[in-house]
Amino acid sequence: MARFSVHFKTILTLSWRNLWRNRRRTAIMLGAISVGVWAMIFMTALMRGMVDDMLNQGIRNLPGHVQIQHPEFLDDPNVVNSIDEAQGDLLAALKDDGTRVWANRIRVPAVIASERESRGVNLVGIEPLSEAEITGLPGQIAAGRFLESNDDKGLVIGAKLAERLETRLGKRVVVMSQDPDNNIAERGFRVVGIYRAELAAQEEFNVYAARATLQKLLKIEGRVSQIVLVDDDYRDVEALYQRVAEAAPEGVEVKPWYEIDTYLAVMFNMMDGFVLVWVVIIFLALSFGLVNTLVMAVFERIREIGLIQALGMRPGLIVYQILLESLLLLLIGLFIGNLLALITIKPLEDGLDVSIVAEGMAMMGAGSVIYPNLSLYDVMLANVVVILLGILTSILPAWRASQLDPVRALNTH
Amino acid sequence: MSSIRCRQLCKTFKQGDEIITGLDHIDLDIDEGEFVCLSGPSGSGKTTLLNAIGGLDTPDSGEIHMGDIRVDQLERGPLADMRLHHIGFVFQAYNLIPVLTAQENVEFVMEVQGMAASERAQKARDILKEVGLEGMEDRRPAQLSGGQQQRVAVARAIVSHPDLVLADEPTANLDSVSAGHLMGLFQELNQHHKITFVISTHDKRVMRYARRLIKMQDGKIIGDEAQ
Repeated sequence: MARFSVHFKTILTLSWRNLWRNRRRTAIMLGAISVGVWAMIFMTALMRGMVDDMLNQGIRNLPGHVQIQHPEFLDDPNVVNSIDEAQGDLLAALKDDGTRVWANRIRVPAVIASERESRGVNLVGIEPLSEAEITGLPGQIAAGRFLESNDDKGLVIGAKLAERLETRLGKRVVVMSQDPDNNIAERGFRVVGIYRAELAAQEEFNVYAARATLQKLLKIEGRVSQIVLVDDDYRDVEALYQRVAEAAPEGVEVKPWYEIDTYLAVMFNMMDGFVLVWVVIIFLALSFGLVNTLVMAVFERIREIGLIQALGMRPGLIVYQILLESLLLLLIGLFIGNLLALITIKPLEDGLDVSIVAEGMAMMGAGSVIYPNLSLYDVMLANVVVILLGILTSILPAWRASQLDPVRALNTH
Repeated sequence: MSSIRCRQLCKTFKQGDEIITGLDHIDLDIDEGEFVCLSGPSGSGKTTLLNAIGGLDTPDSGEIHMGDIRVDQLERGPLADMRLHHIGFVFQAYNLIPVLTAQENVEFVMEVQGMAASERAQKARDILKEVGLEGMEDRRPAQLSGGQQQRVAVARAIVSHPDLVLADEPTANLDSVSAGHLMGLFQELNQHHKITFVISTHDKRVMRYARRLIKMQDGKIIGDEAQ
């Protein structure tokens, strides 16, 4: 190691100066590495932002991060498949400091009718204060107001549904469902708020009423369809899930979001693999240039390599010198590429408007504004992949240089 | 260490379908501190013999001993170490590293040897002064004349006091004044530092400096006389 460090300055000097012998070639290669690294990070941030949006939209839409419900509820979201409101150990676990926010929900299929049209909807009974933190619904109110208490008598519907029903704010609509005895439960509601969601399907399908009002309507006082919990980050819900699962009484089922919405879970799991594939593909394109640069650099210096062999430089040190040259090239390219990525992503913090393809985005469950998500993991991944694979692809030209016959090399013109 | 013994040294090259004899059963002994010139026409085997002694080329058969070291049996790594610590090379074409200054070129070998920075810097400055390049330490090879470059190469070859200097046509690209200076320098180093010199040349002016002249032809030694 001491010998290695003694040589470092010599090798570094040689590598650095050799790098700038052919400035144009080095500049072109640096440009290619920088643009490649920029593309890796920038596109990954956009994709990560889009998938995050899809996941957040999807999770916020209904599942939450962890759900407690009747074991049959997911297969048959019927009012019969309800559970008691949280109490005892479960209530204590929910009120634990580790739970950011939780809410009781009622979710039943229903029919909503205006004086002109009727539609099948997902009737959701919510606790407005908690729900505001989970879904951010109050921020989506485009007209009127959000629900104000657990026994608010109003109804909040989506703009798209209002359009379909040909109704508007302040008008009355009738909501009809079934109680646990299979009797029709219906009641008139005044539309007190109209919301706009990123996803048109959500606007058309979800109708919100106050939890206690619906319990009364459906004759299920003290019972709810689900208890929904939300933590700080959907990526890290395992601790919350475990704590709640341990406290949950028998006869209820506790599930994390990724077991409830497997499509979102697949998206989430695929993303990391997709980022790696994307980074590696860009690198492969880059590697041809890198190898070519090194091969040319070695080819132009065959005589010099013969000379330093003749002077007593071991083959290992020649490999070391060429790899260091490659590493310097990669590090400079990475620095510029990272800088470019930061410079171009920063102005997009407030979102990149892609409303021109909003319908396509909505089909994927994403909104029309992408918020690039520059994750440290992705930046590290791009940098580590470029350095590791860059060094790996440099080994062959470096090794070939170290194996040159010194006499032939010295006589090369 | 620097006494050299070559026994039945053979080396052939393939050029197309033709086999060319580089060394043909060479037997040679060179003692420590000798100043030897190898002379002969092009293709006589002078450079091949120098390369074999210096471990740059491997003979097809025969033995090369340098002191206690069996040179022809060394692997690449130990061969490199032997060149680094015991041999200084001077080539016909000056062969300096173009990205390093004169001082850095001279320091290069000492640096790879692991010598402390301050010591090698001082040694490099001293030797450059000795070869008449004081004030030119920071110049890169492209900023030096041919004669000056060859003097840097000589300084690099002798700065760490090797046991043996192998010089292949060192004056071929020099004018007569520079050639005279260089040979004078070699002679002085040989006499004062007891460095063994083996110089290949077909330049008669160079041969005049030799204390022993070995004549070669077609890979064989055809004459070996003290002068």
